[in-house]
Amino acid sequence: MSSSSVEYYRKELPSKVQTIGLVLLLVGLVIIILGYIVNPARSAQNNIIGFTFVVSIAVGSLFFVAIEYLSGAVWSTPFRRVGEFLSSLIVILPFLAIPLLLNINSVFHWTHPKPADKILIGKAPYLNVQFFIFRVIVFWLIWLVFYYFITKNSRKQDQTKDQFLTTANVKLSAIFMPLFALTITFTAIDWLMSLAPHWFSTIFGVYYFSGTVLAALAAGTIFIVLLNERGYFVEEIHTDSYYSLGALLFAFTNFWAYIAFSQFLLIWYANLPEETLWFLDRWNGNWKFFSIGLLLVHFLIPYIGLLSQPSKSNPKRLVVMASVLLFAHYYDLYWLVMPNFYKDGIVFGWIELGFPILIAGLVISVFVYKSKKVNLVPIGDPKLKRGIDFRL
Amino acid sequence: MMREKILYSFTAIFDSPDQVSHATEKVVEQGYTKFDVHSPYPLHGMDKAMKLPPSKLGYVALVFGLSGTLGALLSLWWVSAIDYPILIGGKPLFSFPAYVPVMFEVTVLSASIATVLAMLFFFFKLPNNAHPLHGSDYMKKVSADKYGISIQADDPKFDEASVRKLFESVHAKEINSIYWDNEELTHKHKIFEPKFLTFLLIVAIISSGTTYFTLNKLMFMLPFNWMMEQPKQSAQQESLFFSDGFGMRLPVAGTIARGYLPYQFKGQPDVAGEKLVNPIPISIESLKLGQTKFDIYCSPCHGYHAEGDSRLRGQFPNPPSLHSEKIRKWSDGRIFAVLTDGQNIMPSYTTQLSVDERWSVINYLRALQRAFNAKESDLQ
Ligand code: HEC
Repeated sequence: MSSSSVEYYRKELPSKVQTIGLVLLLVGLVIIILGYIVNPARSAQNNIIGFTFVVSIAVGSLFFVAIEYLSGAVWSTPFRRVGEFLSSLIVILPFLAIPLLLNINSVFHWTHPKPADKILIGKAPYLNVQFFIFRVIVFWLIWLVFYYFITKNSRKQDQTKDQFLTTANVKLSAIFMPLFALTITFTAIDWLMSLAPHWFSTIFGVYYFSGTVLAALAAGTIFIVLLNERGYFVEEIHTDSYYSLGALLFAFTNFWAYIAFSQFLLIWYANLPEETLWFLDRWNGNWKFFSIGLLLVHFLIPYIGLLSQPSKSNPKRLVVMASVLLFAHYYDLYWLVMPNFYKDGIVFGWIELGFPILIAGLVISVFVYKSKKVNLVPIGDPKLKRGIDFRL
Repeated sequence: MMREKILYSFTAIFDSPDQVSHATEKVVEQGYTKFDVHSPYPLHGMDKAMKLPPSKLGYVALVFGLSGTLGALLSLWWVSAIDYPILIGGKPLFSFPAYVPVMFEVTVLSASIATVLAMLFFFFKLPNNAHPLHGSDYMKKVSADKYGISIQADDPKFDEASVRKLFESVHAKEINSIYWDNEELTHKHKIFEPKFLTFLLIVAIISSGTTYFTLNKLMFMLPFNWMMEQPKQSAQQESLFFSDGFGMRLPVAGTIARGYLPYQFKGQPDVAGEKLVNPIPISIESLKLGQTKFDIYCSPCHGYHAEGDSRLRGQFPNPPSLHSEKIRKWSDGRIFAVLTDGQNIMPSYTTQLSVDERWSVINYLRALQRAFNAKESDLQ
């Protein structure tokens, strides 16, 4: 078997990383708890951003793992564990959802529609608290089940080197793919679009999906490049593999811009009051500058930064651009959530810092925890050798 | 007449990619610049071994892509905001969002066309279908299962003995010399070759045929005709929706068209004189507008200064001067009544002048009257 020729020695991540992760985790937690005491409504609004952001990274990473199995890609096989580690965030999603669900009335005003509000009464069969919570739980279980079985097979292969585990994962991935499309679409509708329950956009699910994929890819890229530069994977990995990461980041940057613009253009053209009001909320007062900023961080900067061919395989450039894109996704979610509540202008304070800090700590800690128990390289995977030898 | 053969290059054949990579490194080391490596499939790392500079093709794409973006933006702006301004859907004349798709498409189109053309005709130097390597045994081998290097005779360092020595030192399997084809070198290429003309004719027939078929037949077949057959009401068509069968509907009773307030004092100039108030305050703009309209519509009969000095030379009865005591005492509303209803043989001006324009003409007329009957105090 070809994979037997791969030499891999597990290297522990420095304990400094673990400490940083834990400190961030604690600081974030303290800020969030204080925030919930001082201003529960605003904390819950931030909680939505935080929750959807973690969903993006966790479920998006699982999406990439599944895509690798389905397409038979080899270049990403040496790095697949990064995606598997990040998708383990799925397990802790309930902890992020529960504080929000306890404050559900202060963020989703469809939970208590005015009797005269015919539109919300009409949407009530879908938008009601019981069904909402039901959906949240079902979607989570779907993600959890696929996360559990796919990563379990992958881990088992490290020992058994059994090729049929790959076949099993291909089948699981094929089932997961349509479910992923549906769950991500409805997550976007439930958590983000229903914040403005009178408004609707049929492309909204795809919009969130484009951000999800980009965020998962960006998070993965940061880990992959930083770890590979320090030799945590296998020695011989060539920087040609970076090019694929760069090209994917670039492609999905364009995809996001394409979808975001499609959503805007149709609404702008038709100019129907019930549709344009959503964009007006994001154009009033100083939200205008925030919206222009979104265009910069989510499109122009990464677009120019990744346009040229050499920049797509330059490790430094990749880490910088991936960080910009990861930040851009949080920025994007903030842009989706906050203008629904603060029509007069941008709000920013210490409460807003809680979730980003917590999530940074969470992602690092989970990664460190996983890397202690599981190989960073899927040494039993039959595609591994070809992945390491990958050349453009 | 036989000419002496001209040497094009020396070639070496190798069995494995490793050998050819190694040989390439040697060739570069010895300082040859005009050489090429051939293999049946792309060899990884060969561009590095050959010390090829990064391709410049990307810059062609960048420059032409950006020109496409800018060209599309400028032409859309020129067409829709300057040359032929039409308001569409209440949008500003220069509506950037509407241009973005076009700009995007033109960028992609011009970048890709320029890249392909530059690649073929600039970087690959086509049409060059008489390359001396073509048809040689060397080319047949390296496009099947062998690897080869060809060092050109016009390389400044080229020297038969040393190239041969170099090739031998890297264990080339075969060493050959390639000559220019004399016949090809002296051949005069005709543009009007029968083969070429037949080819053009076939292309013309096929492309015009498919165009005709697409535009006249295909577009009227299912499902392409769906856009044409919409469930909408066409002009003169019977309506199945309204019970009276009329497709065109009257506006709701009492509807007033924009800018056309109904005139309430038809036939009652005196009442109009009492009730109507001039809504247009005197301003430079109003006077200028009034002057333009007065000179166009009133001056032929009333004269440029409203003195009743018609330019019509008796073809129409001369109107009275508008500087009379009577008219000066008339209210603006009373004059408005004349312009709106007409008076005896003076026609109505409702179709030529909008309400606001009529009031502006009256403002101008007042200025003329004041000028003719200036008071002492006006001079101060
Ligand atoms: C086709 C020639 C003609 C044109 C053009 C014309 N008028 Fe007259 N206008 C007349 C005649 C003729 C009379 C006298 C009608 C009558 O017998 O009462 C008259 C009468 C008037 C009177 C009433 C004078 C009076 O003493 O009763 C006013 C005011 C007047 N015109 C203003 C205008 C203005 C302002 C315009 C430009 C919009 C204009 N006219 C254009 C021919 C013309």
